[in-house]
Amino acid sequence: MSAAEEVEVVTEGQAVEAVPKRAMTLGYGTSLIVLAVLILIPLFVKNFIIFQMTMLLIYALAVMALNILTGGSGQFSLGQSAFYAVGAYTSAILMEHAGMNYALTLPVAGIVCFGFGFLFGQPALRLSGVYLALATFALATAMPQLLKLGYFEHWTGGVQGLVVTKPDAPFGLPMGQDMWLYYFTLAVSIGIYLASVNLLRSRSGRAFMAIRDNEIAASAMGVDVALYKTLAFGVSAGITGVAGGLGAIAVQFVAPDGYTIQLAISLFLGMVVGGVGWLPGSIVGSAFIIFVPNIAEGISKGLSGAVFGVLLFLVIFLVPHGARQVAIVAQQLAAKLKKN
Amino acid sequence: MPAIRLRLGAFSAVLALLAATTSPSVAQKKYDIGASDSEIKIGNIMPYSGAASAYGVIGKTEEAYFRKINAEGGINGRKVTFISYDDAYTPPKTVEQARKLVESDEVLLIFNSLGTPPNSAIQKYMNQKKVPQLFVATGATKWNDPREFPWTMGWQPNYQSESIIYAKYILKNKPDAKIAVLYQNDDYGKDYLKGFKDGLGAKAASMIVAEDSYEVTEPTIDSHIVRLKASGADVFFNITTPKFAAQAIKKNAELNWHPLHFLNNVSGSIGSVIKPAGFENAQDIISSQYFKDPTDPQWKTDKAMIAWNEFLDKYYPEANRADASVMYAYIVSQGLVHVLKACGDDLTRENVMKQAASIRDYEPGGLLPGVKVNTSATDFAPLSQLQLIRFKGQTWERFGDILSGDVGG
Repeated sequence: MSAAEEVEVVTEGQAVEAVPKRAMTLGYGTSLIVLAVLILIPLFVKNFIIFQMTMLLIYALAVMALNILTGGSGQFSLGQSAFYAVGAYTSAILMEHAGMNYALTLPVAGIVCFGFGFLFGQPALRLSGVYLALATFALATAMPQLLKLGYFEHWTGGVQGLVVTKPDAPFGLPMGQDMWLYYFTLAVSIGIYLASVNLLRSRSGRAFMAIRDNEIAASAMGVDVALYKTLAFGVSAGITGVAGGLGAIAVQFVAPDGYTIQLAISLFLGMVVGGVGWLPGSIVGSAFIIFVPNIAEGISKGLSGAVFGVLLFLVIFLVPHGARQVAIVAQQLAAKLKKN
Repeated sequence: MPAIRLRLGAFSAVLALLAATTSPSVAQKKYDIGASDSEIKIGNIMPYSGAASAYGVIGKTEEAYFRKINAEGGINGRKVTFISYDDAYTPPKTVEQARKLVESDEVLLIFNSLGTPPNSAIQKYMNQKKVPQLFVATGATKWNDPREFPWTMGWQPNYQSESIIYAKYILKNKPDAKIAVLYQNDDYGKDYLKGFKDGLGAKAASMIVAEDSYEVTEPTIDSHIVRLKASGADVFFNITTPKFAAQAIKKNAELNWHPLHFLNNVSGSIGSVIKPAGFENAQDIISSQYFKDPTDPQWKTDKAMIAWNEFLDKYYPEANRADASVMYAYIVSQGLVHVLKACGDDLTRENVMKQAASIRDYEPGGLLPGVKVNTSATDFAPLSQLQLIRFKGQTWERFGDILSGDVGG
């Protein structure tokens, strides 16, 4: 192995901090409280807030998918917006052109994106660190243009996008479209969250983390590095695809301009703010990318970008490990209080 | 006396009918959410950040204009509260902001939200909620569709009708033209191209010898111009936004390529396109206009232009007066005030749409002489007239009649 490669492995190890797998999740008690809050809030707030919370869950899913890739297997991606777009378009096209039930389009979106991510993972194998980030960046910049291509226009609606019909609550349940969609999204999110936690605790999850911590050691222990790296890409893309599909249903519209590189950067930002490698942080990261721009705009309309930058800088400066750090501090405080 | 009794009966019936129809609208004030005795709440969504942030100046000008209206006593005594949010030109964010405006801020209507993709994203929602999506800031053709979307209305002459006007001109004056088209690869560029091809009709395939598109993210379009010149075309239709339009004009001159040059009116500004490209390079370019270019010296002493300058001096002094968007926003704001004034004390969403759909020959300050705003229950395209202009010396010269090319969505 050459010296250059060695350096790369070392920096990679530093960039993504090793998180023990138990620290990747929340305790049962806290999980139940968070769940109860998520279930109860919609009963008391306006439809608009319910919609925002639905988007919160959807972006949380997408951030979590990136978290599995980066926090779990140590690979970077700035191309998540491309997978999100593919998922969104898969759902939208199946619903509007094939008349498929919205719930059924989600697994299809997931599978399509898994395949897409897995295939993209193949060439990406040869790249690592910043080079991989650049390759995925290319994917993200190419996607909006691909969606505009004339060949696909019949299905994608080209630059005009596609309008999606919002589903009603089934079985005559007495709730509005927004509330139903929220609970539907919540159920899907919980399912995927549990599956992800289990995945990371499983043999495959251990293999991911072994690769993240030291690729050479992992392969020496018999981990098929190539397979697990591409698998991580596939799983991450698949979950992002489901999030994209849900996003399309919630927003009722897909257009190339909704899935630019900006979205990929937002998701990356969400991951860092939530804490790399800490899955529950995804929802905090998602809240950051949804609400902080609104706060910044409230402070100054002309300089909203600058205000956002300052807020982001403060977060990185004060809590470099994101929400995970806050959670750990809170836990220690609680323990101290108990002792007293 | 049965005849007289009958007449009396009829008379009283008419009286009763009259009373029934007139009294509520005169004596009673009617309000929907977002309007009251003292206030009218208006929502707006603009790309203050992101790739299209240059258009954010439209929102700022409108905010300034409503400050002026409030300072002068408001609309029929009611103050305008103008709430404008940033969507960064991303459709999912637009949906969030529109819902915030309608459900949380409880506005009466959303006015002049900008961009085709963002407006497409909220069109269905607005129509389901029956909240006016009034005078959207996009030239796409699809906003004129009162049957499908009775709560959505456009404003400016749409892209397709503009390119149809150029196509007609070419067919009439240069029937054997070989045409090269450069367009921006998005909804705006493609809409123009479609109108152009429709206008040329069956001859489109044989007349257009070269077609090239560029991405808005490209730093320069020089290579595209070189390619188009190589096609040997003698007519050039330039569907580009200001920065690229200036590049194209300059590059044409550098290559010594002098086709009959049609420039879309999006980039007709002297201050931000022609001047940077060089006056000598822009001679004889043909474009079209519906409002007065503030940087054009021929309007210096024009009454509307003086009023516009006074408004900016007082309420928006930092505005860039060479930016056509400032004039655009000034005109469309007058349009909204006109509609709300016509609503009187019946500030329901239904009446807003009704009044917006019954504008007759209205001429807000800033439009070209002869261009008028007209709508009806079946015509949701308020502005649809344009005049051809040709660049001479340092100014646009208008020629020909006021033309109209109404196209529905």
